[in-house]
Amino acid sequence: MKALSEVKVTFPAESRSESFARSVTAAFSARFDPSVNDVGEIKTAVSEAVTNCIVHAYREKKEKGRIDLILREEDKNTLCIIVRDKGCGIPDIQKAMEPLYTSAPEEERAGLGFAVMESFMDKVTVKSKPDKGTSVIMKRKIHT
Amino acid sequence: MPVIIDTEENTVIAHLSGEIDHHSAKDMRGDIDLAIDRCRPEKLILDFDGVTFMDSSGIGLVMGRYKAVKLCGGSVIIENTGSQIKKVMRLAGLDRLAVIR
Repeated sequence: MKALSEVKVTFPAESRSESFARSVTAAFSARFDPSVNDVGEIKTAVSEAVTNCIVHAYREKKEKGRIDLILREEDKNTLCIIVRDKGCGIPDIQKAMEPLYTSAPEEERAGLGFAVMESFMDKVTVKSKPDKGTSVIMKRKIHT
Repeated sequence: MPVIIDTEENTVIAHLSGEIDHHSAKDMRGDIDLAIDRCRPEKLILDFDGVTFMDSSGIGLVMGRYKAVKLCGGSVIIENTGSQIKKVMRLAGLDRLAVIR
């Protein structure tokens, strides 16, 4: 299926990139003419996915890696968001997605990233390979 | 300034503003903890009136402060949250730890 439109932005896996990722997402979402509530929820989901990459993906590397954010208009009502890193991967995806599970409690991570993504988006899929990286694919219908 | 602290008898009020994410939560955490250490309050009021965005990093921020205040026998009150922020807080069950109003 060919997307109506798509943008890809790449940014460093640093915490100051979080607000940038949200802004880009909000700007792209505007083409769906979403409500304020829609945009708020979509931004929150993206913030969670990007923060996960920043906190976890490159923690064992000296140099910070990069994160790809792909925003896709699949059809006139469907937004697809992919957040992708080339980091350490998630050894046990099911466990990582359990609410309140975190591997970084010392940073006061609540372990709710995936729970928030699942609650605010219609579908969340996680693909990950150890040492190759992780992709989080999220879809949401707007105006249906 | 992302956090402005007011202290009144046994109460610390932290007025938060801007966006709360993993990036900004670190600084906010430091500012509030300083006030908790100094005042050992019975009540910590977190005022979200000026907060325009919050993800689950804000949950970590509230839970961490809840633990700190609880250690000195105090409680946490969360004020002026918008619908979006309330939804994230409810998802985390924060309404069982603190009064949200």
